[in-house]
Amino acid sequence: MTEQVGENQDPELEQMSGAELLIRSLQEEGVEYLFGYPGGAVLHIYDALFKQNQIKHFLVRHEQAATHMADGYARSTGLTGTVLVTSGPGATNAITGIATAYMDSIPMVVISGQVQSHLIGTDSFQETDMVGISRPIVKHSFLVRQASEIPTVIRKAFFLASSGRPGPVVVDIPKDITNPLELFPFEYPEQVAIRSYSPSSRGHTGQIKKAVQLLLKAERPMIYFGGGVIQGNATEGLIEVARKLGYPVTSTLMGLGGYPGTDPQFLGMLGMHGTLEANSAMHNCDVLIAAGARFDDRVTNTVAKFCPYAKIIQIDIDPTSIAKNVAVDIPIVGPVDTVLEEFSRMLENSEAQRTPQQKEAVSDWWVQIENWRKQNCLKVNRPADSSIIKPQEVVQALFKVTKGDAFVTSDVGQHQMFAALYYPFDLPRRWINSGGLGTMGFGFPAAMGVQVAHPEATVACVTGEGSIQMNIQELSTCSQYGLPVKIINLNNGSLGMVKQWQDMQYEGRHSHSYMDSLPDFKQLVESYGHVGFSVSKVEQLEDVLAEAFSLKDRLVFVDILVDPEEHVYPMHVAPNGAMRDMWLAKGVRT
Amino acid sequence: MRRIVSLILENEAGSLSRVVGLFAQRNYNIESLTVAVTEDPTLSRLTLTTNASDSQIEQITKQLNKLIEVVKLVDLTEGDHVERELMLIKIKASGAQRAEVKRTVDIFRGQIVDVMPNSYLVQLIGTSEKLDAFLGAIAEGAILETVRSGVTGLARGDKILSL
Repeated sequence: MTEQVGENQDPELEQMSGAELLIRSLQEEGVEYLFGYPGGAVLHIYDALFKQNQIKHFLVRHEQAATHMADGYARSTGLTGTVLVTSGPGATNAITGIATAYMDSIPMVVISGQVQSHLIGTDSFQETDMVGISRPIVKHSFLVRQASEIPTVIRKAFFLASSGRPGPVVVDIPKDITNPLELFPFEYPEQVAIRSYSPSSRGHTGQIKKAVQLLLKAERPMIYFGGGVIQGNATEGLIEVARKLGYPVTSTLMGLGGYPGTDPQFLGMLGMHGTLEANSAMHNCDVLIAAGARFDDRVTNTVAKFCPYAKIIQIDIDPTSIAKNVAVDIPIVGPVDTVLEEFSRMLENSEAQRTPQQKEAVSDWWVQIENWRKQNCLKVNRPADSSIIKPQEVVQALFKVTKGDAFVTSDVGQHQMFAALYYPFDLPRRWINSGGLGTMGFGFPAAMGVQVAHPEATVACVTGEGSIQMNIQELSTCSQYGLPVKIINLNNGSLGMVKQWQDMQYEGRHSHSYMDSLPDFKQLVESYGHVGFSVSKVEQLEDVLAEAFSLKDRLVFVDILVDPEEHVYPMHVAPNGAMRDMWLAKGVRT
Repeated sequence: MRRIVSLILENEAGSLSRVVGLFAQRNYNIESLTVAVTEDPTLSRLTLTTNASDSQIEQITKQLNKLIEVVKLVDLTEGDHVERELMLIKIKASGAQRAEVKRTVDIFRGQIVDVMPNSYLVQLIGTSEKLDAFLGAIAEGAILETVRSGVTGLARGDKILSL
């Protein structure tokens, strides 16, 4: 602590309760929306919230949804999402959403009520050690001991959540601290200094120079980027660097939209369900530059066989991400946006530094890549005499109907991969999914948060009948606040990705991956006052989607019965496969 | 390889649990740990020993540095350093054994800090190896109880770890 704001007894300062200090501090932070659920330990705070109208509160039906709404708000805007929950079960229900935000580096502040200070540690009603439970899944956390600390703690919480590598911060506030009868002076600190925390503001120029030299000599180069480009607002820099070099680009699941998905230099997503061209190019490249990507196991396949010919350059704001899974030749610690801008400046007039041999090698490399691309690994095999809907066709139709201009959230499973592979994103912050934690139940509330942030935008949640039921109670929240999200339910009657693995690795023993008692989704959503459609024939698909999206101010649930036998391809061969080892269709591998 | 990591952290409730939690969470091991407040009461000094390869220790130190409450950190085993551990040990010492135990304690430059009719309480300070060697020199069955402080240390020379 370097400042003790609130100790100041200046009579000029406005006096207020701890609860009001909190709400005022949130207002000072520019918080527009709070996503939450009241309960005993936060009643003083909710009362203070009631007496103001600057911050709008959304009452969810389960605290997990509050965290995902805040997350969707944060991912689609770049701002910090803010959550308010009560102690005990309120706090524990928020845990999955906090972990989701942590794994994907999403700025979020979660304020949890705590039992009164003198009851902490006595197993009192609705008591849980929130700081302890959340410790491994937060960037930082605070247990507030005195009301006078609240403004400084909130300032620090927002600063930590949004700076450096962003992440969730928990602020746990005992109920007595928010007592309306005890008043304290309010003064909001303009800035806070945290002596042990200074995220780097730029990369090392010497390292960047070395990296540029290496890139200009590359014969089979590859640009690989991830969610850091989105969270770090580095899209422009990335596009400039890629254009100046003319090198192929691939993205992780989390990076989609960070580079235009319809651009010819873009080879599609890489990794476990990456395209043939992206994964093959990764395997064969001789220089790899990684920007805001962390060589996750869903990308690398077997680490020992990863990119066997490549010298690797890695840019990341977080030093722990560098060389964590894969050895790196030129590490660059720094914000991806400023580092890429420096790359771009150094690449001005770099044409002269490239030898004719190098240019020819790169052009041969492109020929090779186009040969992989020609194999059209994402081709949908439509049976000639059937009306059955292929899940991929739903995403293609969605792209067409929304003109590629929607915010698309997803849950987790086959539908997530189909959405990622068949809906090219040209803009960042349009593709919103739980990549790191893989949280089923994320997509719908995240879509709600996106819709709150962008009331006029088209927001589609691509989900499955398994995932949607993990937070389906939020249909009620959408009725209350009129959130017109569009739910595209790829209904195959089973937990598709689990079933796919069981087909491929467990000789088709579908252990508990079926859904035998599904509701009539159309009737279900109608009972909440929403609009429901059901489609099972491919001929009707586009018309129904068009009608659904024409209902601008209504939540529409489109239940689409899709081919239950479909698998997601390509898929890495595992275990012991390399990047290039893929299943391309049932029984067909590279 | 055995490493001694020494860190300065904010003397705040919960900061120790973050350090220890990190080790559990990321599957690193802690072989010994010692922590106490420094001359600046806002800071604590923590020393821990762990077994890690070069790449593992790089991750461990980076992950520790990432904790908001960790202010400074050094891997003492990277350079010349002095390390010490304190051990208290109750040793059975009666009859003819009594002189023999006393002699062994003298050889290891230990001190007898309490005397009972049939046992000694011995204090010994040194490197962990020295303490292990002492335990090896005492006849099996004679050791009644031991407690070790865990390793602590400082870098040799003018190098200091401070804010």
